This record gives sequence, C-alpha cells and structure tokens, in this order.
Amino acid sequence: MYGFEALNFNVDGGYLEAIVRGYKAGLLTTADYNNLCQCEHLDDIKMHLGASDYAPYLANEPSPLHTSAIVEKCTQKLVDDYNHMLSQATEPLSTFLEYITYGHMIDNVVLIVTGSLHERDVHELLEKCHPLGMFDSIATLAVAQNMRELYRLVLVDTPLAPYFSECITSEDLDEMNIEVMRNTLYKAYLEDFYRFCKKLGGATSTIMCDLLAFEADRRAINITINSIGTELTRDDRKKLYSNFGILYPYGHDELSVCEDFDQVRGAMEKYPAYQGIFAKLSFGESQMLDKAFYEEEVKRLTLTFEQQFHYAVFFAYMRLGEQEVRNLMWISECVAQQQKSRIHDGVVMIF
Amino acid sequence: MGFVLFWREWTHAFLYMSPFVFSAIGIALSVGVSVLGAAWGIYITGSTLIGAAIRAPRITSKNLISVIFCEAVAIYGVIVAIILQTKLENTTQPFHPESMRAGYSLFSSGIIVGFANLVCGLCVGIIGSSCALSDAQNSTLFVKILVIEIFGSALGLFGVIVGIIMSSQATWPSSPI
Repeated sequence: MYGFEALNFNVDGGYLEAIVRGYKAGLLTTADYNNLCQCEHLDDIKMHLGASDYAPYLANEPSPLHTSAIVEKCTQKLVDDYNHMLSQATEPLSTFLEYITYGHMIDNVVLIVTGSLHERDVHELLEKCHPLGMFDSIATLAVAQNMRELYRLVLVDTPLAPYFSECITSEDLDEMNIEVMRNTLYKAYLEDFYRFCKKLGGATSTIMCDLLAFEADRRAINITINSIGTELTRDDRKKLYSNFGILYPYGHDELSVCEDFDQVRGAMEKYPAYQGIFAKLSFGESQMLDKAFYEEEVKRLTLTFEQQFHYAVFFAYMRLGEQEVRNLMWISECVAQQQKSRIHDGVVMIF
Repeated sequence: MGFVLFWREWTHAFLYMSPFVFSAIGIALSVGVSVLGAAWGIYITGSTLIGAAIRAPRITSKNLISVIFCEAVAIYGVIVAIILQTKLENTTQPFHPESMRAGYSLFSSGIIVGFANLVCGLCVGIIGSSCALSDAQNSTLFVKILVIEIFGSALGLFGVIVGIIMSSQATWPSSPI
C-alpha cells in the first residue's frame, strides 16, 4: 500500500537505494557545466572532468582527445554503475533494472538492421551500439532478410520476443518498415513496463507510471511530427501510439489528424503540461522542441529523488546519466568545432 | 448457534484463566515486541547507512546515533520486563479479585510497553535512514534531523512510564492465616 513501503523496502532495496543516491550526488551541476562551457580545448574538458566521478575513466586517455573517446568513456562509467547495481539486486528490483535496458536493445536492433540494409560492415555497426542494450546473438541480426527471419533467428531468445507479436509480417525490411517496427516495439515495451510497474504497487507504481506516461506522450508527439508529410497513413500513425498516458485516448484522436506543426500545437492546448512546453517555442519553430522535452523530462526525473523507498530513483539515475552524456557530447563537439556561441543551445542543466 | 447466547459461560472463560497466564504473556510481550521494534528500526537504518557510507565515509560515526536510539528501545523493553517479573509473586489465592487485578495490570503493562516501543523503533529507524541519506549529501542537515529522532524516541519513554505506573498497582493478596 502506498505509504507503508518504508517498513519493508530496506530489506532488499535499502543498500542499493543508498548506492544510487550516492551516484546521483556525482552528477555534474550547473557550476560544473559553466566551467566546462568555458573550455577552449578538449584537454581542458578532460582536466575539468578529472575532478568529477569520470576521473578514473578519462585519466588514461592519450592526447589528442576525440569527442568520441570522451563520450565512450562516460557511457562506460554509466554502464559500470548499472552493472554494479544489477549484480547486487534481487527480485523484483533486478527485473526492474533489466526493463530499463530494453529500450536500448530495441535501438541497437534497429541500428544493425538499418546498417546491414545499407551494406555496412557488421563490426563497425556493433561498435556504434549502446553498451547497455547488448545481448549475445546481436551480430546475427545482419543476416536476416525479413522480419519473420529476424524473429526466428535472433529475437526469439531475447527479452524482446513478446514485443514482436504485433509486427511480424513477411514483408521485406525497408526504411519505412524499420521505423514502424521500431515504434511498434517501443510501444509494446512501454506498455509492458507500465503493466510491470503497476503490478509492483506502492510509491514505485505511482511515480513510474507518471514518468512512463510522459514518455509515451512525448513519443506520440514526436511520431506525429516526424510523420507529417510522409506516407504513413492516419490509422497506421494511430496504431503506433501507446494505450496509456494523459493523451490516451482523445489526444491521440486529435494527434492522428494533424498535418503540420501548428496543428499539433493547437491539439496540445488542452493539456497544461504539454501546452507549457509548446509555449516555450515561437510559432512555426520545431527545432527547439527536443530540448524543451528534455528539460521537462529532467525536471520530472529530479523530483523522483524527493521520495524514499521506491524504485523510480534507479530509472531516474539512468536517464539523468544519459542526459549528462548527451550534454558532454554537445559541449565537446562545440569546443572541438570552435562553435562556442551555440554551446548553451544543447545543454540541459540537471541540478 | 445457540452457544453464543450463553454469555455467562463466556465470561467464565476469562474468570477461570489464571492471572499468572496474563502476567507471563504481558512480560513476554514487553520484551519480545520491544526487541522486534528495535530490530526493525536497526535494519532500516543500517542498510541505508552502509550504502550511503560508501560514497561519504564521514557519515558513519555520527549516524550510529540513530542505531543507538533504536537500541535504547530494546533496553526499555528489557528493563520493564525485569520490573514486571519482580512484581510477580506466588499466591495461594489465584482467583481472588485482587490477584486477578494484578494479573491484568501486568498484562496491560506488557502490551503498553511492547507496542509503544514497536512503533518507536520503527519511527526512529525510518528517520535514521533518511538522516543518513541527507547527511551524505549535505552535512548541515544532520543535527536538524537528529532533533526529529529525539522526539520520536520520546514515544518509547511514554510507553515505559505508563507501563510502570500500570504495574505499580499489581499487589497480590497475602495468604490467609
């Protein structure tokens, strides 16, 4: 029951909750980002990061430093933190932590399938995959010719198998189908995660269901905007929206008939949270929408740490870690390309 | 269905139970449930303290106070159990009204102390857990949260005081000459 988890949460989860809050204390603050934005070279960035939790990972990198090296090492730190927590977790926390990585698995699968469609080398693609979403038979994805083979050869042994029931067709894989496949898989994953969190009950379900609803609504809006002007029909578009969230079901009806960005903005007028996001952008502009969504997401994720004795802090830490890596990538790229004026366009401050 | 109506027989059930049964259960509850509360509170604080101290080792020595407050709750239970058992005298008239009253007062004293200490231990344990996490992030918060814990541990003391007052009236009838 919500409110009494303080009595027995600490039996299995108390130690790991304290560990993840320790990790969160190591995330970079606004002052750190301001220092990083003043850097002239990538070596300055490495020096500033030497005072943070990334120090052991970047210490042995040889100069000259590349932005890809910084991003890779910082992602490695996040992966090490995750593996440390997963190895010590018991049920149901271990299942919860595994659910967090399924989104990355889906992205990796789509990356490899798209890459092999364009005749890229499998090893090159494997290096670009996100380390949190790796699984054993991932390299065999390059061999599959259509979705049925994809499922039968590789995915039936992975945790993504149950998400495939809605998208097995015998069609060949092409650009459009792959995107539809990605979104269908992600929809099934979000709904599965939502059901799992609801089953956990207590504060975890309340907070996680809120966060997942925001994620589902954000994806619905992004799918709508990205499919404006493409061949995706209204019904197909509607099938890609998840069946939970604030926008379900009436917002989805409105979104599925939108034909341009301002119509989307008009459809979102009724939902105060999303209306606030669209209000930050002036008319006709859609580039800053991603950043506005990231800012809203970060705000909600930091609020999860206000409460104790629930699992949403683990989810929030992983997402905030990814946001931090995105920030570092943006800063490194701006510094490397000497475009310091645009540096604040892409950095989302966390604390 | 008919036997429910024979309420005189039901009250006889209590009248025929020896007061020593009630006293012994009271003493058992006083120490058993208090120790349950103390243990519950200690594990809630301890698991969080260990995890938070990995990152901020400086918090360990100060935050042991939370564990000590929880432990005090168990000590209250033991002290009251010892006091109660000294009040338990043998008597040749176990069903005299005065000895029935003594039995019930020891029983109630045990329940009071046991359950007051149970919730006190829980309260101090949960606050101690949050205290460890807050101290790890910002060391100025420790003393302020400690004040909350002190108020929490006063709850156990209330239980002990009332329990001792209840048991002080436990007098057993002297043997008829």
